[in-house]
Amino acid sequence: MIGAFFTTIAQGIPWTIALTVSAFATGALLGLPLCMMLMSPARPLRWLARLLVLTLRSVPPIVWLFFIFFGIGSGLLEISPFQAAWIGLGLITAANMAEIYRGAFAAIHPGQREAAIALGLPGRYRFMDVVAPQLLRIALPSCGTYAIGLLKDTAISSTIGVNEIAFEAYHLSQRTFHSLDVFAVAGLLYVLISLPMAWIAHWADRSMRRRLAR
Amino acid sequence: MSDLLDFWGEWLPSLLDGLAISVKVTGACLLLGLPFGLLLALGMQSKGAALRLLALAVIETGRGAPVLIMLQFTYFGLPTAGISLSSFGAATLALAWNTGAYTSEIIRAGLEAVPQGQREAAAAIGLTGWDSLRYVILPQGLRVSVPALLGFAIATLQTTSLCFSIALPELVSRAYIVGSNTFQYMPILLLTALLYAAICLPATVVVSALERHLGRHAA
Repeated sequence: MIGAFFTTIAQGIPWTIALTVSAFATGALLGLPLCMMLMSPARPLRWLARLLVLTLRSVPPIVWLFFIFFGIGSGLLEISPFQAAWIGLGLITAANMAEIYRGAFAAIHPGQREAAIALGLPGRYRFMDVVAPQLLRIALPSCGTYAIGLLKDTAISSTIGVNEIAFEAYHLSQRTFHSLDVFAVAGLLYVLISLPMAWIAHWADRSMRRRLAR
Repeated sequence: MSDLLDFWGEWLPSLLDGLAISVKVTGACLLLGLPFGLLLALGMQSKGAALRLLALAVIETGRGAPVLIMLQFTYFGLPTAGISLSSFGAATLALAWNTGAYTSEIIRAGLEAVPQGQREAAAAIGLTGWDSLRYVILPQGLRVSVPALLGFAIATLQTTSLCFSIALPELVSRAYIVGSNTFQYMPILLLTALLYAAICLPATVVVSALERHLGRHAA
Protein backbone atom coordinates (compact mmCIF):
# COMPACT_ATOMS: atom_id res chain seq x y z
CA MET A 1 0.00 0.00 0.00
CA ILE A 2 2.85 2.34 0.86
CA GLY A 3 4.28 1.51 -2.57
CA ALA A 4 1.05 2.60 -4.26
CA PHE A 5 1.08 5.83 -2.25
CA PHE A 6 4.66 6.36 -3.27
CA THR A 7 3.96 6.07 -7.01
CA THR A 8 0.93 8.37 -6.81
CA ILE A 9 2.71 11.09 -4.84
CA ALA A 10 5.81 10.71 -7.00
CA GLN A 11 3.79 12.06 -9.94
CA GLY A 12 4.29 15.46 -8.33
CA ILE A 13 8.11 15.23 -8.38
CA PRO A 14 8.61 16.74 -11.88
CA TRP A 15 6.54 19.79 -10.92
CA THR A 16 8.35 20.22 -7.61
CA ILE A 17 11.72 20.06 -9.36
CA ALA A 18 10.62 22.30 -12.25
CA LEU A 19 9.36 24.94 -9.83
CA THR A 20 12.49 24.76 -7.65
CA VAL A 21 14.83 25.05 -10.64
CA SER A 22 12.95 27.86 -12.41
CA ALA A 23 12.42 29.91 -9.25
CA PHE A 24 16.06 29.46 -8.22
CA ALA A 25 17.38 30.39 -11.69
CA THR A 26 15.15 33.48 -11.80
CA GLY A 27 16.17 34.53 -8.30
CA ALA A 28 19.88 33.90 -8.88
CA LEU A 29 19.75 36.14 -11.99
CA LEU A 30 17.53 38.92 -10.58
CA GLY A 31 19.54 38.87 -7.36
CA LEU A 32 22.62 40.23 -9.17
CA PRO A 33 21.22 43.65 -10.21
CA LEU A 34 19.45 43.85 -6.85
CA CYS A 35 22.77 43.25 -5.08
CA MET A 36 24.41 45.94 -7.25
CA MET A 37 21.65 48.32 -6.15
CA LEU A 38 22.17 47.37 -2.49
CA MET A 39 25.84 48.36 -2.81
CA SER A 40 25.28 51.36 -5.07
CA PRO A 41 26.92 54.65 -4.06
CA ALA A 42 23.65 56.45 -4.86
CA ARG A 43 21.68 56.65 -1.63
CA PRO A 44 18.10 56.65 -3.08
CA LEU A 45 18.91 53.57 -5.16
CA ARG A 46 20.40 51.83 -2.14
CA TRP A 47 17.37 52.61 0.01
CA LEU A 48 14.96 51.49 -2.68
CA ALA A 49 16.78 48.16 -2.93
CA ARG A 50 16.88 47.82 0.85
CA LEU A 51 13.11 48.44 1.08
CA LEU A 52 12.46 45.98 -1.74
CA VAL A 53 14.52 43.23 -0.12
CA LEU A 54 13.00 43.83 3.32
CA THR A 55 9.44 43.85 1.96
CA LEU A 56 9.96 40.68 -0.05
CA ARG A 57 11.34 38.95 3.04
CA SER A 58 8.87 40.35 5.57
CA VAL A 59 5.72 39.01 3.93
CA PRO A 60 5.16 35.23 4.05
CA PRO A 61 5.51 33.38 0.71
CA ILE A 62 1.91 32.15 0.86
CA VAL A 63 0.68 35.78 0.91
CA TRP A 64 2.83 36.60 -2.14
CA LEU A 65 1.48 33.57 -4.00
CA PHE A 66 -2.13 34.43 -3.13
CA PHE A 67 -1.52 38.05 -4.07
CA ILE A 68 -0.15 37.10 -7.48
CA PHE A 69 -2.57 34.27 -8.22
CA PHE A 70 -5.85 35.58 -6.77
CA GLY A 71 -5.08 39.31 -6.66
CA ILE A 72 -3.37 39.96 -9.98
CA GLY A 73 -4.48 36.75 -11.69
CA SER A 74 -8.22 37.12 -11.09
CA GLY A 75 -8.71 40.45 -12.81
CA LEU A 76 -5.75 41.89 -14.61
CA LEU A 77 -3.95 38.98 -16.23
CA GLU A 78 -4.38 35.30 -16.94
CA ILE A 79 -1.85 33.56 -14.73
CA SER A 80 -1.59 29.79 -14.29
CA PRO A 81 -0.87 28.45 -10.78
CA PHE A 82 2.61 27.38 -11.88
CA GLN A 83 3.42 30.82 -13.31
CA ALA A 84 2.15 32.52 -10.16
CA ALA A 85 4.27 30.28 -7.94
CA TRP A 86 7.28 30.77 -10.24
CA ILE A 87 6.99 34.56 -10.14
CA GLY A 88 6.35 34.70 -6.38
CA LEU A 89 9.08 32.29 -5.30
CA GLY A 90 11.45 33.75 -7.92
CA LEU A 91 11.07 37.26 -6.48
CA ILE A 92 11.52 36.08 -2.89
CA THR A 93 14.60 34.11 -3.97
CA ALA A 94 15.99 37.23 -5.70
CA ALA A 95 15.79 39.17 -2.43
CA ASN A 96 17.53 36.40 -0.50
CA MET A 97 20.17 35.83 -3.18
CA ALA A 98 20.94 39.57 -3.25
CA GLU A 99 21.72 39.35 0.47
CA ILE A 100 23.86 36.23 -0.06
CA TYR A 101 25.81 37.93 -2.87
CA ARG A 102 26.29 41.03 -0.76
CA GLY A 103 27.66 38.97 2.11
CA ALA A 104 30.05 37.25 -0.32
CA PHE A 105 31.20 40.59 -1.76
CA ALA A 106 31.94 41.83 1.74
CA ALA A 107 34.00 38.69 2.41
CA ILE A 108 36.35 39.31 -0.55
CA HIS A 109 39.45 41.06 0.70
CA PRO A 110 39.57 44.67 -0.58
CA GLY A 111 43.22 44.06 -1.46
CA GLN A 112 42.08 41.80 -4.30
CA ARG A 113 40.28 44.68 -6.00
CA GLU A 114 43.11 47.09 -5.30
CA ALA A 115 45.67 44.66 -6.71
CA ALA A 116 43.58 44.24 -9.86
CA ILE A 117 43.40 48.01 -10.26
CA ALA A 118 47.14 48.31 -9.60
CA LEU A 119 47.80 45.74 -12.32
CA GLY A 120 45.81 47.93 -14.70
CA LEU A 121 43.11 45.34 -15.43
CA PRO A 122 40.11 46.89 -17.15
CA GLY A 123 36.83 46.84 -15.14
CA ARG A 124 35.36 43.91 -17.07
CA TYR A 125 38.31 41.60 -16.33
CA ARG A 126 38.55 42.89 -12.81
CA PHE A 127 35.08 41.53 -12.22
CA MET A 128 35.15 38.38 -14.38
CA ASP A 129 38.67 37.16 -13.53
CA VAL A 130 39.28 38.44 -10.03
CA VAL A 131 36.02 39.12 -8.18
CA ALA A 132 33.51 36.69 -9.76
CA PRO A 133 35.43 33.41 -9.14
CA GLN A 134 35.91 34.28 -5.47
CA LEU A 135 32.31 35.48 -5.19
CA LEU A 136 31.01 32.20 -6.56
CA ARG A 137 33.14 30.15 -4.20
CA ILE A 138 32.15 32.11 -1.10
CA ALA A 139 28.44 32.25 -1.99
CA LEU A 140 28.12 28.60 -3.01
CA PRO A 141 27.46 26.96 0.39
CA SER A 142 24.77 29.54 1.23
CA CYS A 143 23.26 29.08 -2.23
CA GLY A 144 23.06 25.33 -1.68
CA THR A 145 21.40 25.76 1.69
CA TYR A 146 18.97 28.25 0.23
CA ALA A 147 18.11 25.98 -2.71
CA ILE A 148 17.18 23.17 -0.32
CA GLY A 149 15.01 25.61 1.66
CA LEU A 150 13.39 26.68 -1.60
CA LEU A 151 12.64 23.06 -2.48
CA LYS A 152 10.65 22.79 0.73
CA ASP A 153 8.97 26.15 0.13
CA THR A 154 7.61 24.93 -3.21
CA ALA A 155 5.19 22.82 -1.13
CA ILE A 156 3.34 26.10 -0.51
CA SER A 157 2.40 26.24 -4.19
CA SER A 158 0.00 23.33 -3.55
CA THR A 159 -2.32 25.88 -1.89
CA ILE A 160 -2.89 27.62 -5.23
CA GLY A 161 -3.20 24.32 -7.12
CA VAL A 162 0.21 23.48 -8.60
CA ASN A 163 0.06 19.70 -8.74
CA GLU A 164 3.42 19.02 -7.11
CA ILE A 165 4.24 16.61 -4.26
CA ALA A 166 2.28 18.31 -1.46
CA PHE A 167 -0.76 18.70 -3.74
CA GLU A 168 -0.75 15.03 -4.75
CA ALA A 169 -0.28 14.03 -1.10
CA TYR A 170 -3.18 16.17 0.09
CA HIS A 171 -5.58 14.80 -2.52
CA LEU A 172 -4.45 11.24 -1.96
CA SER A 173 -5.03 11.62 1.78
CA GLN A 174 -8.53 12.96 1.12
CA ARG A 175 -9.31 9.97 -1.11
CA THR A 176 -7.84 7.20 1.02
CA PHE A 177 -7.99 8.55 4.61
CA HIS A 178 -4.53 7.06 5.23
CA SER A 179 -3.21 10.51 6.03
CA LEU A 180 -0.46 9.41 8.41
CA ASP A 181 1.28 7.21 5.83
CA VAL A 182 0.60 9.56 2.93
CA PHE A 183 2.17 12.62 4.55
CA ALA A 184 5.05 10.59 5.95
CA VAL A 185 5.80 9.39 2.41
CA ALA A 186 5.53 12.96 1.07
CA GLY A 187 7.92 14.24 3.74
CA LEU A 188 10.33 11.43 2.94
CA LEU A 189 10.23 12.34 -0.77
CA TYR A 190 11.35 15.89 0.01
CA VAL A 191 14.22 14.56 2.13
CA LEU A 192 15.20 12.16 -0.69
CA ILE A 193 15.30 15.00 -3.23
CA SER A 194 17.24 17.30 -0.91
CA LEU A 195 19.98 14.69 -0.28
CA PRO A 196 21.50 14.79 -3.80
CA MET A 197 21.19 18.59 -3.75
CA ALA A 198 23.24 18.70 -0.57
CA TRP A 199 25.80 16.31 -2.06
CA ILE A 200 26.16 18.39 -5.22
CA ALA A 201 26.64 21.60 -3.21
CA HIS A 202 29.16 19.89 -0.95
CA TRP A 203 31.04 18.34 -3.87
CA ALA A 204 31.16 21.62 -5.82
CA ASP A 205 32.38 23.44 -2.73
CA ARG A 206 35.12 20.88 -2.11
CA SER A 207 36.33 20.78 -5.69
CA MET A 208 36.51 24.58 -5.83
CA ARG A 209 38.45 24.68 -2.59
CA ARG A 210 40.88 22.05 -3.91
CA ARG A 211 41.61 24.18 -6.95
CA LEU A 212 42.20 27.13 -4.67
CA ALA A 213 44.66 25.23 -2.49
CA ARG A 214 46.88 24.27 -5.43
CA MET B 1 -8.87 55.56 -2.56
CA SER B 2 -11.56 56.19 0.06
CA ASP B 3 -13.34 53.03 -1.21
CA LEU B 4 -10.20 51.10 -0.41
CA LEU B 5 -9.90 52.63 3.06
CA ASP B 6 -13.59 51.90 3.78
CA PHE B 7 -13.06 48.31 2.69
CA TRP B 8 -9.97 48.00 4.87
CA GLY B 9 -11.78 49.62 7.80
CA GLU B 10 -14.58 47.12 7.47
CA TRP B 11 -12.35 44.03 7.58
CA LEU B 12 -9.42 45.20 9.69
CA PRO B 13 -10.94 44.03 13.02
CA SER B 14 -11.38 40.51 11.64
CA LEU B 15 -7.82 40.46 10.30
CA LEU B 16 -6.46 41.75 13.62
CA ASP B 17 -8.25 38.89 15.40
CA GLY B 18 -6.51 36.58 12.94
CA LEU B 19 -3.16 38.24 13.59
CA ALA B 20 -3.69 37.70 17.34
CA ILE B 21 -4.08 33.96 16.66
CA SER B 22 -0.95 33.98 14.48
CA VAL B 23 0.99 35.61 17.33
CA LYS B 24 -0.45 33.14 19.85
CA VAL B 25 0.63 30.14 17.76
CA THR B 26 4.07 31.72 17.34
CA GLY B 27 4.36 32.22 21.10
CA ALA B 28 3.15 28.70 21.92
CA CYS B 29 5.49 26.99 19.49
CA LEU B 30 8.49 29.05 20.63
CA LEU B 31 7.65 28.31 24.27
CA LEU B 32 7.68 24.59 23.51
CA GLY B 33 10.23 24.60 20.70
CA LEU B 34 13.09 26.57 22.25
CA PRO B 35 13.57 24.29 25.31
CA PHE B 36 13.16 21.36 22.92
CA GLY B 37 15.88 22.83 20.72
CA LEU B 38 18.16 23.16 23.75
CA LEU B 39 17.49 19.53 24.70
CA LEU B 40 18.27 18.42 21.13
CA ALA B 41 21.47 20.48 21.10
CA LEU B 42 22.58 18.89 24.39
CA GLY B 43 21.54 15.48 23.03
CA MET B 44 23.80 15.99 20.01
CA GLN B 45 26.71 16.69 22.36
CA SER B 46 26.02 13.72 24.62
CA LYS B 47 28.44 10.81 24.82
CA GLY B 48 25.75 8.15 24.37
CA ALA B 49 25.51 7.08 20.73
CA ALA B 50 21.84 6.12 21.00
CA LEU B 51 20.89 9.51 22.40
CA ARG B 52 22.90 11.26 19.68
CA LEU B 53 21.23 9.18 16.99
CA LEU B 54 17.77 9.91 18.38
CA ALA B 55 18.45 13.66 18.48
CA LEU B 56 19.86 13.52 14.96
CA ALA B 57 16.75 11.73 13.67
CA VAL B 58 14.41 14.29 15.26
CA ILE B 59 16.47 17.19 13.91
CA GLU B 60 16.82 15.82 10.39
CA THR B 61 13.11 15.01 10.01
CA GLY B 62 12.20 18.42 11.47
CA ARG B 63 14.49 20.21 9.04
CA GLY B 64 14.07 17.91 6.06
CA ALA B 65 10.30 17.89 5.62
CA PRO B 66 8.44 21.04 4.52
CA VAL B 67 6.47 22.72 7.33
CA LEU B 68 3.30 22.42 5.27
CA ILE B 69 3.66 18.62 5.20
CA MET B 70 4.42 18.53 8.94
CA LEU B 71 1.28 20.57 9.67
CA GLN B 72 -0.87 18.28 7.55
CA PHE B 73 0.82 15.24 9.09
CA THR B 74 -0.13 16.33 12.61
CA TYR B 75 -3.60 17.63 11.72
CA PHE B 76 -4.83 15.06 9.17
CA GLY B 77 -2.44 12.21 9.92
CA LEU B 78 -2.31 11.82 13.70
CA PRO B 79 -6.12 11.33 14.04
CA THR B 80 -5.83 8.17 11.91
CA ALA B 81 -3.44 6.90 14.60
CA GLY B 82 -5.97 7.79 17.30
CA ILE B 83 -4.49 11.14 18.37
CA SER B 84 -6.92 13.94 17.57
CA LEU B 85 -5.71 17.50 17.99
CA SER B 86 -7.44 20.82 17.45
CA SER B 87 -6.00 22.88 14.61
CA PHE B 88 -4.29 25.07 17.23
CA GLY B 89 -2.80 22.03 18.96
CA ALA B 90 -1.68 20.47 15.68
CA ALA B 91 -0.15 23.76 14.54
CA THR B 92 1.70 24.18 17.85
CA LEU B 93 3.00 20.61 17.79
CA ALA B 94 4.21 20.72 14.17
CA LEU B 95 5.78 24.17 14.50
CA ALA B 96 7.40 23.31 17.86
CA TRP B 97 9.02 20.29 16.19
CA ASN B 98 10.23 22.50 13.36
CA THR B 99 11.42 25.16 15.85
CA GLY B 100 13.25 22.60 17.97
CA ALA B 101 15.04 21.16 14.94
CA TYR B 102 16.20 24.51 13.60
CA THR B 103 17.04 26.19 16.90
CA SER B 104 19.03 23.17 18.07
CA GLU B 105 21.56 23.98 15.33
CA ILE B 106 21.64 27.65 16.34
CA ILE B 107 22.06 26.78 20.01
CA ARG B 108 24.71 24.14 19.25
CA ALA B 109 26.73 26.71 17.30
CA GLY B 110 26.48 29.04 20.31
CA LEU B 111 27.59 26.33 22.76
CA GLU B 112 30.51 25.39 20.53
CA ALA B 113 31.62 29.03 20.51
CA VAL B 114 32.33 28.79 24.26
CA PRO B 115 36.10 28.16 24.62
CA GLN B 116 37.08 24.70 25.85
CA GLY B 117 39.02 26.33 28.70
CA GLN B 118 35.74 27.40 30.27
CA ARG B 119 34.68 23.77 30.67
CA GLU B 120 38.06 22.81 32.00
CA ALA B 121 38.04 25.70 34.47
CA ALA B 122 34.54 24.74 35.62
CA ALA B 123 35.69 21.16 36.16
CA ALA B 124 38.84 22.38 37.93
CA ILE B 125 36.91 24.37 40.52
CA GLY B 126 34.80 21.29 41.16
CA LEU B 127 31.49 22.16 39.52
CA THR B 128 29.32 19.17 38.66
CA GLY B 129 28.42 18.65 34.99
CA TRP B 130 24.96 20.13 35.47
CA ASP B 131 26.25 23.17 37.38
CA SER B 132 28.99 23.89 34.88
CA LEU B 133 26.34 23.78 32.15
CA ARG B 134 23.94 25.99 34.10
CA TYR B 135 26.36 28.61 35.42
CA VAL B 136 29.23 28.61 32.92
CA ILE B 137 28.43 27.22 29.47
CA LEU B 138 24.80 28.16 28.84
CA PRO B 139 25.00 31.83 29.89
CA GLN B 140 27.88 32.38 27.47
CA GLY B 141 26.68 30.12 24.66
CA LEU B 142 23.09 31.32 24.59
CA ARG B 143 24.21 34.95 24.44
CA VAL B 144 25.96 34.18 21.14
CA SER B 145 22.77 32.55 19.83
CA VAL B 146 20.39 35.38 20.68
CA PRO B 147 20.41 37.34 17.38
CA ALA B 148 19.94 34.18 15.30
CA LEU B 149 17.16 32.99 17.63
CA LEU B 150 15.37 36.33 17.33
CA GLY B 151 15.68 36.12 13.55
CA PHE B 152 14.17 32.65 13.71
CA ALA B 153 11.29 33.93 15.86
CA ILE B 154 10.44 36.50 13.18
CA ALA B 155 10.55 33.81 10.52
CA THR B 156 8.26 31.66 12.68
CA LEU B 157 5.54 34.32 12.71
CA GLN B 158 5.66 34.18 8.91
CA THR B 159 5.63 30.40 8.94
CA THR B 160 2.36 30.37 10.93
CA SER B 161 0.73 31.63 7.70
CA LEU B 162 0.89 28.00 6.52
CA CYS B 163 -1.66 27.06 9.20
CA PHE B 164 -4.12 28.27 6.58
CA SER B 165 -3.90 24.74 5.19
CA ILE B 166 -5.21 23.17 8.41
CA ALA B 167 -8.13 25.58 8.86
CA LEU B 168 -6.69 27.56 11.78
CA PRO B 169 -8.48 30.96 11.63
CA GLU B 170 -5.26 32.98 11.59
CA LEU B 171 -4.44 36.01 9.45
CA VAL B 172 -4.13 34.38 6.03
CA SER B 173 -7.19 32.14 6.52
CA ARG B 174 -9.31 35.19 7.34
CA ALA B 175 -7.98 37.16 4.40
CA TYR B 176 -8.71 34.24 2.10
CA ILE B 177 -12.29 33.94 3.38
CA VAL B 178 -12.89 37.67 2.93
CA GLY B 179 -11.36 37.44 -0.55
CA SER B 180 -13.52 34.55 -1.66
CA ASN B 181 -16.69 36.16 -0.25
CA THR B 182 -16.19 39.62 -1.70
CA PHE B 183 -13.96 38.77 -4.72
CA GLN B 184 -11.82 41.69 -3.56
CA TYR B 185 -8.66 39.58 -3.31
CA MET B 186 -6.19 42.31 -4.17
CA PRO B 187 -7.13 44.85 -1.45
CA ILE B 188 -7.54 42.31 1.35
CA LEU B 189 -4.27 40.54 0.52
CA LEU B 190 -2.55 43.92 0.34
CA LEU B 191 -3.77 44.69 3.86
CA THR B 192 -2.62 41.25 5.01
CA ALA B 193 0.83 41.83 3.54
CA LEU B 194 0.98 45.24 5.24
CA LEU B 195 0.12 43.70 8.61
CA TYR B 196 2.89 41.10 8.32
CA ALA B 197 5.34 43.72 7.08
CA ALA B 198 4.37 46.12 9.89
CA ILE B 199 5.65 43.55 12.39
CA CYS B 200 8.41 41.72 10.54
CA LEU B 201 10.07 44.64 8.75
CA PRO B 202 10.94 46.76 11.83
CA ALA B 203 11.74 43.59 13.78
CA THR B 204 14.22 42.51 11.09
CA VAL B 205 15.88 45.93 11.12
CA VAL B 206 16.20 45.85 14.92
CA VAL B 207 17.60 42.30 14.97
CA SER B 208 20.22 43.03 12.31
CA ALA B 209 21.21 46.20 14.20
CA LEU B 210 21.56 44.10 17.36
CA GLU B 211 23.62 41.56 15.45
CA ARG B 212 25.99 44.29 14.23
CA HIS B 213 26.16 45.75 17.73
CA LEU B 214 27.04 42.40 19.34
CA GLY B 215 29.46 41.48 16.55
CA ARG B 216 31.38 44.74 16.58
CA HIS B 217 34.22 43.33 18.66
CA ALA B 218 34.53 40.20 16.54
CA ALA B 219 36.78 39.91 13.48
